[in-house]
Amino acid sequence: MSRTDTTFSSMPDLNPFEGVDFSELDRSLRRPRTLFSVAMSGVVTLMTMLALIPLFSVVLMLLWRGGRKLSLAVFAQLPPAPLEQGGGFGNALEGTLIIVALSMIISVPLGILSAVYLAESEAGNRFANLVRFTAKTLTGFPSILAGVFAYSAVVLVTGGFSAVAGAVAVSILMLPTIMLTAEDAIRMVPAKMKEAAIGMGATKTQTAWMVMLPTALPGILTGVMLAVARGAGETAPLIFTALFSNYWPVSGGHMNLMQATPSLAVLIYNFAGMPFQNQVELAWAAALVLVLMVLITNLIGQSLSRRRAR
Amino acid sequence: MAETIEIAQPPSRSQQTVDWFFRKLCLVFAGLSAVLVAFIVLKIVTAAMPAMKQYGLEFLTGTTWDPNKDQFAVLPEIWGTLYTAVLALIVGSAFGLAAAIFLSEGYLAETVFRLLRIFDLDASPSWSRLPDQVELLLKNLIELLAAIPSVVYGLWGLFVVIPMLRPVCNWMHDRMSWFPLFSTDLSGPGVLPASLVLSIMILPTITAISRDALTSVPPKIRMAAYGMGATRWETILAVLVPTASRGIIGGIILAFGRALGETMALAMLVGNANVINLSLFSPANTLAALLANNFPEARGKEIGVLMYAAVVLLAITMLVNAIGSMIIQRASAGMEGAK
Amino acid sequence: MNSRGARSIVFSVLVLFVLSSCSSAPSSGGPAADAGGVVKLQGAGASFPAPLYTKWFKTYSSAHQNVQIDYQSVGSGSGVKSVIDKTVDFGASDAAMKPEDMQKVDVGVQLLPMTAGAIVLTYNLKDVPGLKLSRKAYAGIFLGEVKKWNDPLIAQANPGLKLPDQPINVVVRADSSGTTFVFTKHLSAISEKFAQNPGANNMPNWAVGTKSKGNEGVTASVMTTPGSIGYIEYGYALSQKLPMAVLENKSGNFVAASTESGSAGLASTEMPDDLIAWASDPDMKEAYPIVTYTWMIFYKKYQDKKKLDLLQALLQYCLTDGQKDSEALGYIPLPPAVIEKVKAATQNISLAAS
Repeated sequence: MSRTDTTFSSMPDLNPFEGVDFSELDRSLRRPRTLFSVAMSGVVTLMTMLALIPLFSVVLMLLWRGGRKLSLAVFAQLPPAPLEQGGGFGNALEGTLIIVALSMIISVPLGILSAVYLAESEAGNRFANLVRFTAKTLTGFPSILAGVFAYSAVVLVTGGFSAVAGAVAVSILMLPTIMLTAEDAIRMVPAKMKEAAIGMGATKTQTAWMVMLPTALPGILTGVMLAVARGAGETAPLIFTALFSNYWPVSGGHMNLMQATPSLAVLIYNFAGMPFQNQVELAWAAALVLVLMVLITNLIGQSLSRRRAR
Repeated sequence: MAETIEIAQPPSRSQQTVDWFFRKLCLVFAGLSAVLVAFIVLKIVTAAMPAMKQYGLEFLTGTTWDPNKDQFAVLPEIWGTLYTAVLALIVGSAFGLAAAIFLSEGYLAETVFRLLRIFDLDASPSWSRLPDQVELLLKNLIELLAAIPSVVYGLWGLFVVIPMLRPVCNWMHDRMSWFPLFSTDLSGPGVLPASLVLSIMILPTITAISRDALTSVPPKIRMAAYGMGATRWETILAVLVPTASRGIIGGIILAFGRALGETMALAMLVGNANVINLSLFSPANTLAALLANNFPEARGKEIGVLMYAAVVLLAITMLVNAIGSMIIQRASAGMEGAK
Repeated sequence: MNSRGARSIVFSVLVLFVLSSCSSAPSSGGPAADAGGVVKLQGAGASFPAPLYTKWFKTYSSAHQNVQIDYQSVGSGSGVKSVIDKTVDFGASDAAMKPEDMQKVDVGVQLLPMTAGAIVLTYNLKDVPGLKLSRKAYAGIFLGEVKKWNDPLIAQANPGLKLPDQPINVVVRADSSGTTFVFTKHLSAISEKFAQNPGANNMPNWAVGTKSKGNEGVTASVMTTPGSIGYIEYGYALSQKLPMAVLENKSGNFVAASTESGSAGLASTEMPDDLIAWASDPDMKEAYPIVTYTWMIFYKKYQDKKKLDLLQALLQYCLTDGQKDSEALGYIPLPPAVIEKVKAATQNISLAAS
C-alpha cells in the first residue's frame, strides 16, 4: 500500500518524501527480519505456555488426590493415627508459619544488609569478593546437610529439638538467594539516582535507605519470596532439627520455641509414605495448603511493595 | 515521611554518626555471613577428616559403594550430579529465559489490551487495569512453581512424569539404541525424568530474576533501539539481554547451585544406581541423593564417609562458581554498556 | 499511618512476641517437662514400627490427662544417634544397638522389643495368583542368578501356573533401611553365596535391581512395571492389598505371611536376657521365614520422676492392650513368653539418684 503525504502533494519540489516508496516501511512478514521477530515471539509464547503445564499438572494432581480432604475441619484438628478417619494438620500449619517467620527474622536482615555492603563495594575489594564467593558456595548446599549442621550446632548445644534449630537450618538455605538477589537488585539501581542523592548532601546511609533500597525493593522482594517459597517446602532440614509433634505448638496462649515443632513439609513426608488412604490424602491436601500459603505470602509482599512505591 | 532532608546541605553530626554505625553494621553482617559459611564448611570437613584420611583420593575415582567390604567411592555420584545439573540447567534456562522475556515484553498485556480495544473497553475505569492484572497473575503463576515442596515434585515425577515418559523413551531406545544418549531403556527412575523435574524446579528462579533484570533496563535504551529501526527481537537479543546480563547470569548461578544440591526430589527420581552412563534413560546417582538416602541410617564410620561426599559436593560447587565467575568476567568486559 | 510505620510496628510486635515466648533451659537426659503440668515424652527412630507406635501414643495420650507423647521416624541410625546425644527421651531401632554404641551412653541403655514384623515379596505378574518361591528361587532372584520368570527353579514350585518368558525386574531399596538389613540378614542365612557378596547390610551392594526410595517407591515401581518383584514390609502390603509371594521356609513348607505364621517364626528363637534376638531363619513348620523384632531404646536412668512414671505406665499399656493393635496394622504381636521377659526388664529403668 503506498501512502503519500497529502500536505506536500501540491508542492512536489518541497516534498521531502519524494521518491520514497512507503510500502517499504510497512511491516511485512516477507522481510526476513520481521519474520524472525514474529517467529521468535511465537516460540517464546509457546515455551512459556509449556513451562506452565507442569504447574497445572502438579496442582491438578494435588487437587485430585487430596482435594476432597480440604475443609475447614482440617485446619482445626490434629494429625490422625493410622486407621483413624478424619483428622487434620492445623498444628503443622502453625508450625510452618512459626519456623518460616523465625527463618525470615534470621536470614532477611542478614542477607539484605550484607547485600547493601556488597553492592556498595568496589570491584576489586577482596573482602567483598570473599563474602560473595562464600554466598555462592552456599547456593549448592544440599538441604539435608543444612539439617545435619543445625543438629550439631543447635540441637546438641541446647539439648533438644526445637523450632529455632529448624529455623537456623532453613535460614542457611534461604540466605544465598536473598543475599545475591538483593545485591544484584541494588546494583541495578541507576547510578544517577545515587549520585543525585549524594550531591544533595545525603550520607551513604541515607542514600541506601531512601533511594537504593526503595528502588530495588521489587527485586529484593523477588529474592525473599523465592527463598521463602523454598524454605517453607524443604523437609530434610527440619527432620533432624525441629523433628515433628502431633500436638499444637501454641497452646493456652503460650508458644514454646524450644520444643519439637510440627511442619507441613515433614507431615507430607511422613504421611505420603504410609499405606493408609486417610494419611495419604491428608498429605496431598497439606501440599495444596502449603502452595496456597506461599502464594498468599507472595501476594501480600507484592501489595506491600506497591503501596510503598506510591 | 517523618524526616525531611534540607536540600543540598552537608550531613549533620548525628547523621554522620548514624551513617558510620550503619556502614559498620553492614560490614559486620557481611562478615558474619562469610564466617557462618566458613564455620559450616569447617564443621563438615572436620567430620569428614577420618574418612578422608582412610579413603584418600580413591574415593573420587572408584565406582563401588559396598559398606560390607568397606569400599566407598563416589565417582558415579560426581558424574550424576554434574550430568543432571547441566541437563536441568540447559532446559531450565531455555524455558526460564523464554518465560522471562515473555513477561518483560508484556505480550499478554498487549493482547488483552487489544481485546479490550475491540470492545472499546480500554479506557473504562473498571477494565483498564485488566492487562496489568493479567500480567501479574502470570508472573505469580510462574513463581508458584517455586512454592511446590520438593517432596511433592518427587511424587509428581514418580506418578505422572515417569509413566508419561516411559513409552516415548522405550520407543526411542528400540529405534535408536546405537545413539549413546538412548542406549538403555527407561525402567523407572532415571536421568531424564530427574533432569526434567529438576529443570522445572529451577525455572522459577531463572524466570523471576531474569524478568526483574530485563524490566529494570532503562526504557530509553529500548526506545533508542526501536528508534534506530530494530525489530522487537533484534532489540531483545542485541540490546536488552546483554544489558540485563548481570542479573540474568546471577539467576542462572543460583539455579545451577540449586540443581547441584537438590536432595529430596532427586533421591526419588534419579534411580540411585552407581553407574556411569551417557544414556538419558539410565538410572544414576547424585551426591545429594546419596546423602539423603544413607544419612538417616548411618552410624559411626559411615557418617564420616557421607561427610566426605558432602565435602566433594561443596568442592564441586566452589569449582563451578569459580569457573563461572571467570567466564563472566571475560564476557562482560565488553558488555557493561551505557547506564 | 504510612506503610513504613505499620511495618515497623508489626516487626516490633513480632519480636516482642518471640522474645516473650522463648522458654525452657537446656537439660540433660532429654527435654525437660513443660512448666504447664503437661508431661512430654519425645521419641525418634526407625520408620518400620512408626505407624504402630503413633497409634499407641495417640490412644494413650487421648485417654490420659496432660500427657503428650511424640514419635518421629528419622531412621534407626539417627534414632540411635539421638539416644547417644541425649536429645530424645527414647529411641527405636530395627537393628537393635551395637555394643560400642551402647557404651557411649553413660547411664546405660535398656533395649526392649516392642513388636515384630514380617517382610514380604510383592510381585507384578498378570494372572499369577499365589506365586510360590522356593528358597533357592528367591535367593537366586536377588543374587541375579535367576533371571527369568519361567526359570525351572520357579516353575518347579508352581506346577499349575503359567509363568511368562519375561526377565525378572528386581526392585530393591534405594535408601539405607532396617528393612533391607533384616531381609539381607535372612538371605545371608539361607545362602552362603549371598552372605559373601553382598552380605547383610542396611545398604548392600546389590548385584541386581533397580532402586526405589522407601516402601512406597518400591511399591510404585513394582506396580507400574510388569514382571517386577520387590521386598516390602508386611504391614504395608496388607494395607495396600498387594500380592505377596508364598515362601519356602527351613522345614520345606510353603508359608504365606500372616500373624500366625509370623508368630511361629518368632517362636523359633529363644529370647536371651539382653532381649536382642534375631530370627534369621526360623525352623518351625508353620513359620514364615522373614520376621524380625524391633526395639525401643530407653535410658537406664531418668532424672525426671514424672517422665519415668509416664514411661512405665506407657510401657505397661504397650505390652498389654497395645499388642491388640498389632494385627490390624500388619505387625506381629509379641509372644506371651517374650512379653513377660520384657515386663520384667522394665524394672531396669529407674530414677537417677539425685
